[in-house]
Parts: sequence; structure tokens; C-alpha cells
Amino acid sequence: MTFNIDFLAWRKIALIFSSLFLVVSIASLFLKELNYGLDFTGGTLVELSYPEAANISEIRATLIQGSFEGAQVANFGSSKEILIKLPGTVSDSLGSEIVSLLSSANLNQEIDLRRIEYVGPQIGSELRDDGGTAMLIALAFMMLYIAFRFQSMFAGAAVIALIHDVIIVVGIFSLIQIEFDLTVLAALLAVIGYSLNDTIVVSDRIRENLRSMDSDSTEEIINTSLNQTLGRTLITSLTTLLVLFSLYFLGGELIKNFALALIFGVIVGTYSSIYIAANALVMMGLNKDHLRVEEPENSDDSLLP
Amino acid sequence: MMRYGLWKYLLILIVLGFGIVYSLPNLYAPDPAVQVSYTSSSQSADQFLADEIRNILKDKNLNALIELEADYVLVRTNTYQNQLKIKDILSSNLVNDVVIALNLAPTTPNWLEDIGANPMKLGLDLRGGVHFLMQVDTETAIKNRQDGTLQDLRIRFREEKIRYTQALVEDDSSIYLKFNSDEATEKAEDFIKDNYSQFNLPLMNGDQVLILSLSETEIEQIESDAIDQNLTTLRNRVNELGVSEPIVQRQGKKRIVVQLPGIQDTAEAKNILGKTATLEFHLEAQMDTPRSRKTSYPYRNGLGAPAFLQDSVILGGDQVATAQASFDENGLPQVNITLDGEGGSKMHRATRGNIGKRLGVLFVEQKTRTVYQRDLEGQQTPVQESYEVKEIISLATIRAALGTTFRITGLDSPSESSELALLLRAGALAAPMTFVEERTVGPSLGADNIQAGVFSMQLGLFLVLGFILFYYRIFGIAASLALTFNIVLLVAIMSILSATLTLPGIAGIVLTVGMAVDANVLIFSRIREELKNGRDPLDAIDAGYNRAFLTIWDANVTTLIVAVILLSYGTGPVKGFAITLSIGIVTSMFTAIMGTRAFVNLIYGSKKNLERISI
Repeated sequence: MTFNIDFLAWRKIALIFSSLFLVVSIASLFLKELNYGLDFTGGTLVELSYPEAANISEIRATLIQGSFEGAQVANFGSSKEILIKLPGTVSDSLGSEIVSLLSSANLNQEIDLRRIEYVGPQIGSELRDDGGTAMLIALAFMMLYIAFRFQSMFAGAAVIALIHDVIIVVGIFSLIQIEFDLTVLAALLAVIGYSLNDTIVVSDRIRENLRSMDSDSTEEIINTSLNQTLGRTLITSLTTLLVLFSLYFLGGELIKNFALALIFGVIVGTYSSIYIAANALVMMGLNKDHLRVEEPENSDDSLLP
Repeated sequence: MMRYGLWKYLLILIVLGFGIVYSLPNLYAPDPAVQVSYTSSSQSADQFLADEIRNILKDKNLNALIELEADYVLVRTNTYQNQLKIKDILSSNLVNDVVIALNLAPTTPNWLEDIGANPMKLGLDLRGGVHFLMQVDTETAIKNRQDGTLQDLRIRFREEKIRYTQALVEDDSSIYLKFNSDEATEKAEDFIKDNYSQFNLPLMNGDQVLILSLSETEIEQIESDAIDQNLTTLRNRVNELGVSEPIVQRQGKKRIVVQLPGIQDTAEAKNILGKTATLEFHLEAQMDTPRSRKTSYPYRNGLGAPAFLQDSVILGGDQVATAQASFDENGLPQVNITLDGEGGSKMHRATRGNIGKRLGVLFVEQKTRTVYQRDLEGQQTPVQESYEVKEIISLATIRAALGTTFRITGLDSPSESSELALLLRAGALAAPMTFVEERTVGPSLGADNIQAGVFSMQLGLFLVLGFILFYYRIFGIAASLALTFNIVLLVAIMSILSATLTLPGIAGIVLTVGMAVDANVLIFSRIREELKNGRDPLDAIDAGYNRAFLTIWDANVTTLIVAVILLSYGTGPVKGFAITLSIGIVTSMFTAIMGTRAFVNLIYGSKKNLERISI
């Protein structure tokens, strides 16, 4: 695959596009907030499996009679599967009480208990804090490593791209109100890893070309580098998306949102390594002089295969 | 000609062989099994028990394979329904005191087991079971310690003839002492300084008042002792439940994780794990006992008027060496108790001088309830708090001085007596615990999760392999082999580390498949570029591998950093994902670079004047 696209000509449009997306994401995070899952809100969740399609309104009625007022009942994956949620619940034995109540109301049907989860009120906020801390630490370490291996401008550019990706993916989750739980948080960190991977490949080529190409125009060098790596970027994104779609469709309900977060992340991450990271380098005024002081690349020969 | 050192081929072959052998056990699906052992840990399973089980199952026409292991009898069966059926039949038909637990018995062939090759452990989300996270209420442990010290001080003050007017534990953590003369205050202060080192100085607090608050190091010590003792107690209790491969671990500063695979009856498990029930022995209060030294308690069975007991404790449940449930002459449930040496002599001393008086046995239980508190923003938030219930189970006249063994009657039911015996045997919890998280996964969901995970992995792999074979031809074969090899290695390493595979872990493997190709894509794109620049094929291959290497290295190290941070910060699902992701990154570097290089060299390396390569 050979490309000759003038990426940087689209720079301003990309900038407007990204800013717009960021603003919408942040606004949504403030206005609609995230639809936090049980891990973060605390509460009780019961998943049941009925032999035939379950009658949701009947189940709801039974629960209300049994004085479980705040219960939300919904299908989960299929019409036989039922998910009951009791937000901000008070007792850790609630799950088993619900199961026995529903079983006694449905004597002729064998109800299979799939799972009960109870998360105490104090755990939720702790998990949220830990998740946030983990993400900040990850970003800090990334910056350090890139600054050490490349140069501080590359580190800055990469982190700007990462923050861009995370905000947009979280923004999408907020906009369409998909449940945000621990696995989605893990996916978000994986997005950081993936997007960085892309950014590094591009940065690596920019660095190499800054040293070897005759041109003095940073923009031209960056454009050439983006074209040289585009084939690889697209293929890797494609193979990753292939496995993610197979996870999304076949991996089961519990993995669905995880896969979805990564699908959004891979798309946004691919875009950002081209437009955000490279753009940031141009705007920060990267030029050949910035790399002159560095030691030659072949000092790492001992690592070669 | 392109040479690739013989040692590199050997290394790859050795790693490949090792990977295949150690990942092999995972292909043998485990049998649903029931595991039976005697309740008493001193008695190991014997042929007698195995024969008994065989006869019971033969009567019921149930097919099962019975094996006698070191500590237990293993009953293997082929379906999960049979497993449950066998468990029910055995628990209602076996006469001995046994613990019956569900298990998944590995079917790994002996020769593999002999070289230490075992299958990966499956997480609760894949095999079903219960996960509890418990928070240890260390404040209660601190209060208990201060209560004990206060009791001790009262006795010592009497011996030292130090007169005080008030002595109590205030704010649940410090001891408040009031005296009516400066002389007594000073004497008490000196005495405490000489004999107790755990308090913050100065002790003096205002006029004729001493406040004994615990020092920071002492509090930390009490907290960590409480958690250690709770861990030990929980392990004992879990063993009494008879769970195979349980996990009881400390998590963070004040929390304990308990994972019980295969357990479905969470109510029973929670009942046993969370119970803080223990016993306290008190003398009955006399008419002349001051009001401040006695408390009235109700009877546990609700019969009889509440009675006053002295506040000082003769001894507590922690000095019980063994306890066994049985029945008395009238067929009523009782618990036979043997105290340890210290407990025995305390009991002897206390009862010797009080023959004819009555000894009360208090059943002490910590319970938790949720109360609503208004937070700063005026919202009602649920907060869990623990409280203590103390009830009399027996109040009997002391006929003779008691020693190390005696029995307790007055229990409601045989199940209560056996539960009390179990709790006394397993030891008391040093501090009550609240369940802050509980997750139960049914076996059917576990099986579905495995199926979904495996299915999505197969499809993902199939799609990726198909694409790279189509796109890179011969080099695609190299990359496909490397990718497959990568999964084999990943599984082998997970098995050797006996890491736990969870559903997010499977997702991590699937993601690794997608991302591991990246290294090859980088190399192959580079080779194509070099070819386009007019290099001859062998040079291009060489340059491709060399130039792409540093990029691959940087890209993987950064992803590895993320994975390691996930591993150290994450819990539960996040951790499972991080484990497979980190191992996958490391193995993919090896397979995608060295593995494909060796393959490519094998095909093209020996050819002179190579004109075309298929990439």
C-alpha cells in the first residue's frame, strides 16, 4: 500500500472536528454524567434465567408485593434472562431473598440463579477513585518513558492524543448512556495502551525521517512519515477491530461493553495518532534541531534480534 | 545467503516444545466431582469411607468413579446434574461426621502431572462460586483492648491500694480515670508509666484526671493483629466448610477477600464466615454488686426474666481449645468444651471461691445494620454500623470448682449447638466484619461464559489468520504460525504461574491476538518499503527486521507499562485482563520477531540470488 495524502492540509478541519467532539463529550459528562454500573454505584443485582420467556411485569409485581419497591427489572441478552437491580440497597442478603421470593411465586418453573452481586456503598466510590488514580499514573509513566526514549515534545504530543481519546470514548459512553463498569474502565486503560502504540509508531518514523530526510520542512517530513506508516496503521486497526467485533458479538453480555469501549477507542486512537499527535508536534514547532543533541539510534544494537 | 544461528533455532524449538507440553493439560476438561472428608482434621479419609460411599451410590444406581486421595475421597462423575444429585444423596445418607464439597477434578494424565504441568485455574466467573469482600471493623478491636486493660487496671489498683472515683472507656478508644486526691493521681500515673507502655504521654489531663489514649504504633499493632487473627479464623472456618481451592487473602489495609469456588449456598457460607459469635463466662451479680459493675442480659431462648451478670469476664471464647456438639442424657443439644491451660486455671480460680453461686454463659454476637446518615450535602446515605448482641444461654449453679473440661447446655437446637461448636473450634474473630461486596456466579453462567469466551477467541483468531494469510502470502504463514505459537505460550505460562483465568482474561487473550499481529505488520510493511526502494529481497528482509525492531520495542514497552499499572491498581475483572495482556505482550515479542524470522530464514535464507519473495 502506498499513500500520498496531504494529511496536514486537513489539519484545521481536524482541529475543529476534534474540538467539537471534545466539547460535546465534556458537556455530556457534566449534564448527563456517566451511567455508572453496579461496581461504582453500589447496590444489588440479580440475574435469573427462566426456562421460557420471562414475564417482566409479573416479576415486577411480585417484587413490589414482596416490598422490594425500587427494583428495576429488565431483560438481559435474551427474553429468558432477567436482570433485577436494586440501587443503593441496604442489605447484603437481599439477593438471596429475591431469589427465594421469585421461586416461591413460580412453583411450576425452575428458575436458574445466574449471579448475584452486592457492592457496598463505600466500595463504589473507592473503585472510582482507584480507577482515576490508575489512569493518571499510567499517563504520567507514559510521558516519562516517551520523554526518555524520544524527546519531551513527543511526550507532550502523545499525552495530548491520549487525553483526547479517553475524553471522547468516555463522552460517547455518557452520550449513549451505556453502562460504565469496571471492565469498561479496564478497556479504557487498554485504549490508552493501544492509542499510544499507534502514536509511537508514527513518532518513531517522524524521528527517523527528521534525521535522514533532506527536507527542512517539518510539515513535509511529518506528512511523509504519516503516509509511510498509514498502511501499517490501517492493517493493525483492522485486525484489532476484527477480534473486537468477534468479542462484541460472541463474547457474551458481560464482555459487550468492554468490547464496545475498545472499538470506539481503536477508531478514535487511530485518528488521533494521525491528526492529534502529529498536529501537536507541528504546533509545538518541532524541527531538526530538537533531535540533534540525541545520541545515535544504533546505540541499542544489543537489543536486535 | 542469510544465516540464522543454530542456537536460535534450538531455542525456538525448545520454547515451542515447552509451550506445547505445559499448555496441554488445559485440553483435558475437568470432571464434576464431589469431595468427601471427615470433619475432624485428625482423621484422614480411609477405605472404609470410600466403600461406604460406593455402596450408597450403588443402591441409588448412580455411576461414579470413586478415588481415595490423601485427605479425602473423590467421587468423579460426568455431568453437573449428577454431581449435585450425588452431593445431596451423600449428605443425607452418610452417618459419619463428614464435610461434602463440590469440586472440579482435573483429568490431567499422570505423565503431565509428574512434570508439574497442570491446567490453568479458572476464575469464579468461569466455574461458579462465591466471592466475598469483608471489611474488618478494627475500631471494635481497639475498644475491646481498652476494655480489657481497664478491667486489669481495676484489679491492679485494688492491689496497689490506689483509690479512684471513676474509671471508664470513653469515645470507644481512651480510658478515663478520675481520682479524688493529687496523691492518688500521681501514684496512679507512676504506676501506669511503670507497667504500661502503650499509652500516649502525658497521661495527666486536667485536675486529678488521667486519660489513657493508645499510641499510634500500638493502634497499628492492634489493627494488624486483628486482621491476622481474622485471616486465621476465616481459613479455619473455610476449611470446616470443606471447599476445594478456597482463597482467603488480605486486600488493602482493612479488607479480606474470600473466594469459595463451587459453593452455591451463599447463605450458609456467609452465616459461618461472618459470624462473630463467641462465648463469655461471667459470675452472676450479687445483691451487693454496685450498679456500675453489673449489666442485665436477656435469655437467648426468650424464656425467663433477664438476669444481672458481673461485668468482669472470667474468660472468653478465645481460650477454648476444642468444642464438640453432642446431646445430654435427656437428648438435648449441648457443647462439650475443653479449655486451654491458661483458661482452665482461670476458670478454676474463679469457680473455686464461688461454689453455690451461679455461673452465666453469655452468647456474644456482633451484627451489622444499615443506618441512614445525612451527609454534608444533606443527602441520606446508607452507612453500615456494627452492634453487639449479648444473651444468656445458661445460668447454672456452680457445684464444684470447674477445670479445663465442662459442658454447656441451654441451646435451642442441634444446629445451634453444632454451629457454636464450629465457631469455638475455628476461633473467634478479633474484630467483627461487614460484607462490603458479594458476588455469586451460578455454574450455568460459568459454563456459558467459558463457551462464549472460547467461541469468540476461535472466531477472532480465524478472522485474523485469514486476513494475514491473504494479505502477506508466505510471510503470512510465518505470522500465522507465530500467532498460534503465541497463544500456546501464553496459555503455558499462565498454567505454570497457576494464574487464574477469568472472562476478562479471555478478552485479554483475544485482544493480544489482534495486537500481536502489529509487530509482524510493522516488519512486513518495512520489508515491502525496502523492496520498493530497490533493495534486493534478502537485504530488504534484513533491513525490515532491524529497522522495525526498535519501534516494536517502544510500542510494546509502553503497552506493558499500562498493563502493569492495571495489575497493581486493579481488582477483580481488571486484574484478570491485565495478567493475560502483560504475558501476551511479552510472549508476542518473542514469537512475532524471533519466531517469524526463523521461519522466513528457513524458507528463503538458503537461496542464492533470490529474486522475488512472497509478501
